[in-house]
Amino acid sequence: MSQNHFVLREQEYGAFLSALRKLRTDAFAKVVFLVDKNGTLLASTGEAVGLDTTALASLAAGNIAATGGLANLIGEKEFSILFHEGERDNMHISVVGDRLILVVIFDRRSSVGLVRLRVRRASEELAKILVAAEESTVEDEGVIEELTEEDIESLFR
Amino acid sequence: MSFINYSSKEINCKIVYYGPGLCGKTTNLQYIYKRMNPDARGKMISLATETERTLFFDFLPLSLGEVRGFKTRFHLYTVPGQVFYDASRRLILRGVDGVVFCADSQLTRMDANVESVENLRLNLEEQGYNPDKVPLVMQYNKRDLPNIASVAELHALLNLRNVPEIEACATTGIGVFETLKATIKLILNDLRKGGR
Repeated sequence: MSQNHFVLREQEYGAFLSALRKLRTDAFAKVVFLVDKNGTLLASTGEAVGLDTTALASLAAGNIAATGGLANLIGEKEFSILFHEGERDNMHISVVGDRLILVVIFDRRSSVGLVRLRVRRASEELAKILVAAEESTVEDEGVIEELTEEDIESLFR
Repeated sequence: MSFINYSSKEINCKIVYYGPGLCGKTTNLQYIYKRMNPDARGKMISLATETERTLFFDFLPLSLGEVRGFKTRFHLYTVPGQVFYDASRRLILRGVDGVVFCADSQLTRMDANVESVENLRLNLEEQGYNPDKVPLVMQYNKRDLPNIASVAELHALLNLRNVPEIEACATTGIGVFETLKATIKLILNDLRKGGR
């Protein structure tokens, strides 16, 4: 993983996705998302059709950032779990490995207790994948470094 | 920090529009939203007060085509400009790849511009950035209004790093896309050279 950018390769993406799928099944959840703290969607699984996943990722990150700011004000490092209860659907948001945000959307087929339990287990798995990815010594495939002025210009034609 | 996804072949970057209250940051995003092809942009999210002042941030995702087989996506954010929302501004700067400083050209807003430029430097430092290295573009907005400072005056007061500067009128769109384009170029060039 490069210092300047967060690189997600096929292998890590696959590992994240299979952990998310398992969590979704185990927790009887509708949708599960993995987002980075800057608000970019990494992977998702479930009934995501019709959901604006880009906006959801950005707002989830904003939510964690804002509550993190609140936490600091009372001397806490952060609030690592947030739970939002709706009329039909609920949202469980948690921080994974200090860098990622796990979002689980579920309805009455599941419960907050079950989701919390399954999220705890899945978080350990996701954190391991993240650590492995960060420790990966495989060199960045260099797509950014190889960009030319012409490539950049071509975006605006 | 940009995010490169080799699985979905995407490069994601974050651009933050910074500046004093009522300088036109949200108006920039609204114009881009209106003028972009709907296929190339997502929904614009505005977390604003009842009087349409930005409370937390505006968010607009854009897709700009491909380079070397990778889709380029840019997430545009604005900060709340009002002085007392400083905690929110700091949070939004996290992970930023490039900043547009939107200055209000009106003479009466010069103090607010200077304060905001200094605030940007401080907040970038707090987020672990070198404020002299972060890709930055200055936009001198509201050039259509009377009683405005000259570009030379704005330059001397605000553009201490001598970065690209663009005159704009965000309500009519003058300079809006030029600013965005200049910022994207700076970001991609910065990433290409290994960044900060």
